[in-house]
Amino acid sequence: MPGPFIQDEQIDSARAAAHEVTQPVIDFIHRHSSVSVERTVLRMFGMDGAGQLGIPLANLMVDKLHAAKVLHKGAAYWYGRALQLGARSPLDAVERLTALPADKLAPLSPEREGNLREAVRQEARAAMGELHSRVEARSALRAELGGMPPAPHKYVIVATGNIYDDVDQARAAAQAGADVIAVIRSTAQSLLDYVPHGATTEGYGGTYATQENFRIMREALDDESKKLKRYVQLTNYSSGLAMAEIAWAAAYERLDMLLNDAMYGILFRDINMKRTFLDQYVSRRICAYAGIIINTGEDNYITTADAYEAAHTVIASQFINESFAHRAGLKDWQLGLGHSFEIDPHRPDTLLLELSQAMLVRRCFPDAPCKYMPPTKHKETDIFFSHAYDVMADLVAIWTRQGIQLLGMMTEAMHTPLLADRYVALKAANYLYKAARGIDEEFVVREDGKIAHRAREVFGRATELLEECRKDGLVAAIGRGRFGDVKRTETGGKGLDGVFERGVDYFNPMLEILEEKA
Amino acid sequence: MAVREARQIIRPYGDRRDDGVIQLSFTLPVPCTERAKEAALQLCQQMGLKDVKVHGMEKAADSYTLFIVYARTEATVDYAAIKIPEVVVHKMGFDELNAFIEKSVGRRVVVFGACTGTDTHTVGIDAILNMKGFAGDYGLERYPWFEAFNLGSQVPNEDLIARAMAKNADAILVSQVVTQRDVHKDNSRAFIDAAKKAGIHGKTLLLLGGPRVDHKLACELGFDAGFGPGTKPSGVANFIVHALLQRQGKEKLGQLFEGAHA
Ligand code: B12
Repeated sequence: MPGPFIQDEQIDSARAAAHEVTQPVIDFIHRHSSVSVERTVLRMFGMDGAGQLGIPLANLMVDKLHAAKVLHKGAAYWYGRALQLGARSPLDAVERLTALPADKLAPLSPEREGNLREAVRQEARAAMGELHSRVEARSALRAELGGMPPAPHKYVIVATGNIYDDVDQARAAAQAGADVIAVIRSTAQSLLDYVPHGATTEGYGGTYATQENFRIMREALDDESKKLKRYVQLTNYSSGLAMAEIAWAAAYERLDMLLNDAMYGILFRDINMKRTFLDQYVSRRICAYAGIIINTGEDNYITTADAYEAAHTVIASQFINESFAHRAGLKDWQLGLGHSFEIDPHRPDTLLLELSQAMLVRRCFPDAPCKYMPPTKHKETDIFFSHAYDVMADLVAIWTRQGIQLLGMMTEAMHTPLLADRYVALKAANYLYKAARGIDEEFVVREDGKIAHRAREVFGRATELLEECRKDGLVAAIGRGRFGDVKRTETGGKGLDGVFERGVDYFNPMLEILEEKA
Repeated sequence: MAVREARQIIRPYGDRRDDGVIQLSFTLPVPCTERAKEAALQLCQQMGLKDVKVHGMEKAADSYTLFIVYARTEATVDYAAIKIPEVVVHKMGFDELNAFIEKSVGRRVVVFGACTGTDTHTVGIDAILNMKGFAGDYGLERYPWFEAFNLGSQVPNEDLIARAMAKNADAILVSQVVTQRDVHKDNSRAFIDAAKKAGIHGKTLLLLGGPRVDHKLACELGFDAGFGPGTKPSGVANFIVHALLQRQGKEKLGQLFEGAHA
C-alpha cells in the first residue's frame, strides 16, 4: 500500500462529497431517457441491421417515434405494438410502425396494454439471458486459460483503419506479451448519432466501433488466446452520441473492457451534458451486467490543461466517475480509473511528482484496477528519448501496481503505432515488470519528503474542488472550466434534442432487468 | 553577374567525417531466421547501401522480424545548392513589438484562429493564441495591441472565414494536427478554396500551423506562411505585424523578415 500521506477519513469524506455531487444528476437520469438509450433497447431485441442507405433500423424507428412525439412511452412499448400488428422481423416492425400515421398510435385497452408489456418483458428476459450466457462463455474461456496474469496488464493500441490489418497487428502484439488490445476508433465517430454497420476497411485513424468489427477482433483474439494459452482482453470505446448502443454491441460480442467516462463526451467532444449523463448511465449498467471493466478518461484533462497545475482535477474527477459508476451498479474491480504520466519533463523532480500522483491514486482507489496512461503530450520526435521517457512510466506503473498500463509508443508524436513500435514498448515493459516487481515493498516513502508533500497538496486541492462541486453543483463547476480547462453549459453541445422526459407509463424492460440485477 | 556559390558536398557523419554511416530499422513479415536476415541484407543492398551490417534481428511476433541495420551510403548532396523558404523574423520583445504596432500600424491587429475541419486538437492553436502561450512565451491574447479570437476545434473552414471577415481580421490562423491520409492537406486546400471564394485570398494574411506543417508546405497549399513544431507565439506575432506592414506597402521584404514566398 503506497503511503498513508493522508488519513482514511479524508478519503472517506472526499468519496462522500462526490456521491453528493452525483445525486442530482442521478435524479435527473431516472426521470429522462434519450434516443440512443431507446435505440439500445431495440438492439437488445435484435434490431441490429441497417435499412436503405445504411441507416440502422434502430435509428429509423426511434427517429420516427421521436418525431411523432410518442417516444416518452419507451421504444420497447412501440416494439410491442409492432409485434401486435403482426411484425415478423425487426425490419418488418420498423416498416409497420413507420407506415402508421401519428393518430394511429393511440393507447390500447388497459388489458391489451398489460399483455403487451408482459410479452415484451418476456422477450427482454430471453435477450438478456442470451447476453448473460455469452458473457459466461467468455469467463469460462478466461478461467480455462488460467485466469488473468498479475497486474499491471499491458495494454496496446492498434489503429490501422482496416479491421483485418488490426487483427494481424493485435495477434502480433499478443505474441509479444500484450494483455489488452485496444482498437482505436475512426476519427470523429463520437459525433455520429448512430452505430455504423459492418466491417471497416477504410477508416481514418482507426476503425469504426461496429458490432461486426467487435466480432471479428474478439474471434481472432479467442483463437490467439488459445494458441498462447493466455487470455488476451479486448477493448474499444463506448463514448459519444451512441455510447450506450456501443456498450450493448460490445457486451454482446464479449469485449472485456470499454473506455467509458461519465464526462469525457461533454468536455472533449462537446456533447450535451444531459445527453451524456443519460447515456453513460445506461452504458455503465450494461457494463456492470456484462462484467466489463470500464476505463475512465481523466488522462485527457492533463493533455489539455497543464499536468502539474491540474493534477487535482484528475483525483476529483476520479471520485466523481467512481460515484457515477457505483450508482450504475459497477463494482470496484470494474473501475479502470484513468490517470497519466504527463507532467512536462522540462520541470525538475518529475519522476518524484509522477510517483506521487500514481501513489495517491492507488491510495484513494486501492481496489480499482487503475488505468495508467503514458506520456503523450510532451512526446517529441526524438524516438530514442521517447523510449527512455516511456520506460520511466513503466517503472512508475510497476512500482505503484497500476491495474492496467497503456504502453507508451516512441513514435507517439508522429503517427499511430507501427508493429515494431509496439514490440519495442512491450519488450521494455516486460523487462521492467520482471526487474522491478516488488520494489514498492522494499522502499517506504518518507512522510516528510517531496512525494508525500506533493500528494497531500494535490489531495487537498482535489477536496476543495469536490467541495465546490458539491456546493454549486457539477453543472456549475463544468461551466467554470474546472475539468480539463473546458467550459460547457447545460443546454450547449450536441445531442440535446435527443433527450426527453419519461412519460408516467414509460416502459423499458431492459433497464428493469439491469437495475434489479444490481 | 551573380557569383556562383562554392559547392558544399555533405554526407552522413557516423564516427568520422564522410563515412556515410546511417542507421535504419524495419520489420519484415517473415519469421526470424537466417533466411530473414539475408532478406534484410539484400533489401538494403538494393537500396544502394554499402557495408550493410544487419546487427539486430529479433522476433517481434511469430511471423514478424525486426531488424536494426547500420550501413554506409555513397550518396551526397550539395548543401550550398539547397534553397528552402523559411520564415525568418528578426524578433522584437513583447513590449517593443506592442510599441511598434502602436506606432506603425496605429491600431490593434485583429487575428482569428481555429483548428478546422474534423480535427479536435486545440492545444496547438491555444499555445499560439491563449494568454498563457507556450514554453514561457505569451500568447497573442496577452498582447494589448493584438485582438485575438480563438474559435477552438472542429470549426468548419467557412465559419472561420465568415467570422474573421465580420471583424475585418488582418490574419487567419489555421491549425491542422491530424495528418493521416493527408487529411490536413485536403482540409487546408479546402480552406484556401473557401478563402478564394470569399475574396480574401491574397488580402488577409493566411497562416497554417501544426506538427507536420512547414513553411514550404504551407506556401504550396496557398497560405502565406507555415509554422511547425516548437513554434513560439512571439515568432508568429512578429511575423504577422511585419507581413501586414509589407502588405500595406509600409515595409520592404527582407528588412525585418524574409518569408512569404522567399
Ligand atoms: C493531446 C492529444 C490529443 C487530445 C487533444 C486534446 C486537445 N484539447 O487538443 C485528444 C485526446 C482529445 C486527442 C484525440 C485524438 N488524437 Co491526438 N494527440 C494528442 C497528442 C498527445 C499531443 C498533441 C499536443 O497537444 N501537442 C502539443 C502542442 C502544443 O503541439 P502542436 O499541436 O504541434 O502545436 C505546436 C505547433 O505545431 C504549432 N502550431 C499548431 N497549430 C498551429 C497553428 C498556427 C496558425 C501556428 C502559427 C502554429 C501552430 O504551434 C504549437 C506550439 O509550438 C499528440 C501526440 C503528440 N505528442 O504530438 C496526439 C496525436 C496528434 N493524436 C492523434 C490522433 C490520431 C488522435 C485521434 C484522431 C485519435 C482517434 N482516432 O480518436 C483523436 C482526434 C479526433 C479528431 N477528430 O481529431 C495522432 C495523429 C496522427 C497523425 N499524424 O495523424 C497523434 C500524433 C498521436 C499518435 N501518435 O497517434 N489527441
